[in-house]
Amino acid sequence: MKNIIISFIIIFSSSLSYASESVKLDKAPIDLDDKISLQRGARNFVNYCLNCHSASYMRYNRLTDIGLTDELIENNLLFTSDKVGNPMEISMINSDAKKWFGAAPPNLSVTARSRGADWIYSYLRSFYRDPTRTMGWNNTVYKNSAMPHILWELQGEQHFNNVTNNLKLETPGTLSPEEYDQFVGDITNYMVFMSEPGQQKRRQIGYYVLAFLFLLLILTINLKKEYWKNIK
Amino acid sequence: MADEGNKIDLNRRKFLLTATSVTGAIGVSAAGIPFVSSMLPSEKAKAAGAAVEVDIAGIKPGEIKTSEWRGQPVWILNRSDAMIKKLDNNKELADPDLNVVSQQPKYCKNKTRSIKSNLLVVVGICTHLGCAPAPKLLPKGDMGSEWEGGFFCPCHGSKFDLAGRVFKGSPAPTNLVVPPHKYIDDHTVLIGEDPEGVA
Amino acid sequence: MVKESNSTSNSLLGWIDERFPLSSFIKNHLTGYYAPKNFNFWYFFGALALFVFVMQILTGIFLTMHYKPSAAEAFASVEYIMRDVSFGWLIRYMHSTGSSLFFVVIYLHMFRGLMYGSYRRPRELLWLFGVFIFLLLMAEAFFGYLLPWGQMSYWGAQVIVNLFTSVPFIGPDLAEWVRGDYLVSDATLNRFFAFHVIALPLALAGLIFGHLIALHEVGSNNPDGIDIKDMKDKKTGIPMDGIPFHPYYTVKDLVGLSVFLIVFASIIFFAPEMGGYFLEANNFVPANPLVTPDHIAPVWYFTPFYSILRAVPPLFNSQFPGVAAMGLSVLIFFFVPWLDKSKVRSIRYKGALYKKWLSTFVISFIVLGYLGTVPSNVWGQFYNAIPIIGGKDVATIIARIFTVTYFLFFILMPIYSKKDITKSVPKRVRM
Repeated sequence: MKNIIISFIIIFSSSLSYASESVKLDKAPIDLDDKISLQRGARNFVNYCLNCHSASYMRYNRLTDIGLTDELIENNLLFTSDKVGNPMEISMINSDAKKWFGAAPPNLSVTARSRGADWIYSYLRSFYRDPTRTMGWNNTVYKNSAMPHILWELQGEQHFNNVTNNLKLETPGTLSPEEYDQFVGDITNYMVFMSEPGQQKRRQIGYYVLAFLFLLLILTINLKKEYWKNIK
Repeated sequence: MADEGNKIDLNRRKFLLTATSVTGAIGVSAAGIPFVSSMLPSEKAKAAGAAVEVDIAGIKPGEIKTSEWRGQPVWILNRSDAMIKKLDNNKELADPDLNVVSQQPKYCKNKTRSIKSNLLVVVGICTHLGCAPAPKLLPKGDMGSEWEGGFFCPCHGSKFDLAGRVFKGSPAPTNLVVPPHKYIDDHTVLIGEDPEGVA
Repeated sequence: MVKESNSTSNSLLGWIDERFPLSSFIKNHLTGYYAPKNFNFWYFFGALALFVFVMQILTGIFLTMHYKPSAAEAFASVEYIMRDVSFGWLIRYMHSTGSSLFFVVIYLHMFRGLMYGSYRRPRELLWLFGVFIFLLLMAEAFFGYLLPWGQMSYWGAQVIVNLFTSVPFIGPDLAEWVRGDYLVSDATLNRFFAFHVIALPLALAGLIFGHLIALHEVGSNNPDGIDIKDMKDKKTGIPMDGIPFHPYYTVKDLVGLSVFLIVFASIIFFAPEMGGYFLEANNFVPANPLVTPDHIAPVWYFTPFYSILRAVPPLFNSQFPGVAAMGLSVLIFFFVPWLDKSKVRSIRYKGALYKKWLSTFVISFIVLGYLGTVPSNVWGQFYNAIPIIGGKDVATIIARIFTVTYFLFFILMPIYSKKDITKSVPKRVRM
C-alpha cells in the first residue's frame, strides 16, 4: 500500500512542465534570501514596470520584508502624494492602455505564480526588432506580445535569425549582456517575492510546526502502544 | 488476558496521557492564534487608518474644524484666551484630574488637555454610547444660563466642557478621547501618531 | 410544585444527565461502542475524513469573513486574504489543501469499503449515506472552485455547466437556469457562494451524522469481514473480538491524525500549490470571459470522471452520451451492495478473480485520472502529445479501454463475484 501511494506521487509529478511546450525557458536565478538582489529588483520594478503595469495587491510597506525601512521607501520609491501603506497602483486607465497597446498591461502582483519565474526571466531577455509590429518589437517567448521592449536602451537591439532560430545582439545597450541578465534576474527575483510576500516566513513557521508534530507523533505512538500492549 | 511481562503500567500510562494532552493543548492553542489574529485590523485597514495630516492655519480663535481619522470625526478647536480661562471655573467635573489614563496620551494630561494650550484635539464621539456630540462653544444660548461653552450630546444629554471633560451627572462615564497627535510645524498637525520620544 | 433535586450525584455531569443524555451518549458512541480489534491502516481514513470536514468548516468560516462573492472583487479579495489579513495565507492554504486531501482521504476510505465488503448486508444504508456524501462533496468542491474567480475557476465552471446543455430538450434552458445568466457571471458566482458556504455544508453535516448513526447501529466491519457480534462473551454480552472505541481507537486514531497532520503541514508550508495540482497556475490570472486559457483541465480529484466524459464519442452530434457516462460512473457506486454476490465480505477470503477485477478497477481509475490531468486544447478531446502514453489517438484509445474496464468492474460483479472461488472464513478475527 505504501507502493501505491508512492506510485501515485510519481504519476502526479511527472507531468508538470506543459505551459511552455515549444519554447525553451532559461532558469531564472531566484534567491529570496538575497535581500540586496530583491532591493535592486524592487527599485528596477518601480522605475520600469510600474509605469504601465500595476501591482495593486502589493503594498509599498510590505517592502520592509526585504530589508527596506518606511523612510527609504518613502524617499526613493514613492510619489510624493502616496503613503507607504498604499498599494502599487498606476494612474493609467485600462481602457486608455488598451487603445495604446492593443491590450491592457496586466496587473503583475501574482504573475510569477501564473507564468513562473523562468518564463518572466526568459521573456524579458527575448525581445527582438520586428518592424512588422506596431511597436516595432516582437518576442520569441510570447509571440506578438503587445508590450514594447521597455528595457531596450539597457539591453540593446536583438535580431531574430530565421535560419538558426536564434537571437543575436546587433547593437549593444548600455549594459553588458551579463549585467543585463543580472538586471532582469533581480526584477524576476523581486516578482517572485511580490507574488507571495510571506513565503519565506511561511517556510520558517513550517519547520517549527513540523518539529512540533513529530514530537506529537512520538507521544501518540507511545501512548497507543501503552494502551494496546495487552490486545491480542 | 494480560501476560506477566505486559502488565498495565499505570504510571507510564498516566505520564503519556498527561504529556500527550499537554502537547495537544499547546498545539490547539497555537493553531488558534492564526484564527484569532485574522480578525484583527488587516493591512488594508491599517493603511486606511494611518495618521492624517491636518492643516490648522485657517482655524481662528474660537473656531472648530472637523477632520477624519480612522473613520471617526476629530475636532480641532482653537480656544480663545477667554475660553482657556473659563476652564479653571468649571466645577462639578466627573474626572477633573484626568485619572482615567486611556482618555488622553500622557503628554496631554494637563489642565488644557492639549499640547499647545489653545489647540484642543479630541475625538468627537460621546464616551457614553458613541453618538456624535454637538459643539456648543458659546456660553448660555439654548443650553441655559449656567452653560459656559462646551459640547453637548443630543442622544442622552451628556455635557462636556471646552477641554472635553465630562460634567458630573452626565450618562457619559469618561472624558472625550484625545487621540495621539503631534505638530509637524506651526500649521500642520498629524493625528494618529505620538510626538517623537513619547511612547 | 417543583421538587428539589433528588439526584444521587451532585456533580455537574449528574445535573446535565437528568436533562440531557450526555453520559449515555458517551457510553453508546465511545466507551461502550465495541469495535473489532483488528482494524488496520485502512481504518484511519473515516476519522480523518471527519477531521478534515471540521477543518474545512472552520477555515471556511474565517475565509468568509474576508472573501467578497462578486465578480468585480472576488479575485482581489482572495489576494487580500493572502497578503493583508493577518495569517490569512495560512487559513486559505489550509482550506485549499484541505479540499484536495479531503478527496485523498475519501478515495482511500471508499477503497477500504470495496476491499473489505463494508457495503454488504447489513451495511447497505451506511454505504448509501457514504455515496451521497461523496456526491455532495464533489458538488461542494465544484462550487467552491469557482470562488477564487481565476481563469481555471471560470472556465472549469463554464465547461461543467455547459454539460447541462447536452441534456436532451431542456438542456440549454437548464444551463441558463443554473448560471442565472447567458454565461458564467456575477450571478453565478453569487449563487455558487450560497451553495458552497451554507446549503451543501449543512446537507453534508446531516449526511455525515446519518452515516455515523448508521455505522453505530450496525457496528463496524473489519478486514476479515467477520461479524464480531456473532461471538459474544456469554456472561457480559460483549463481543469477544471487540474493544471499546475509547480509549483504544481514540489513541490509535491520534497516531493516524499525527501522521496526517505532518503530511498536511508539509504541503501547506512547503508546497501549497503542490506542483499545480492543488492550486493551478492559471488560477492566478483573474477570470476573463473573453480569453480561454490554452489548456483546461479540472482539479485532479475530478479527472477520472472527466476522462470518461472525454472518452465516450458523441452520438448523433450530441455530447450527451459522454455526460451520461460520466454521471453513471459516479452513480454506479450506489448499486454496489446489490451487485456483489460473493459468499464472503472481505478480500482476504475472496478468490483470485475478484482480486483481479478490483486491481483492474484501481488501475482504470488511476490511468483515467492521469489522462484527465493532461490538458486539452479543445474541450472533450485529448491533448496532442501526452507524456508517457503518446499522441492523442493513443490516449483516446487507452481512455476508452479503461472506461470500459471501469464499468465492467461493476456490471460484471454479479457474475464474477458468484463464480469466484472463496476461502473459508474463520470464526474469530485475525490481528
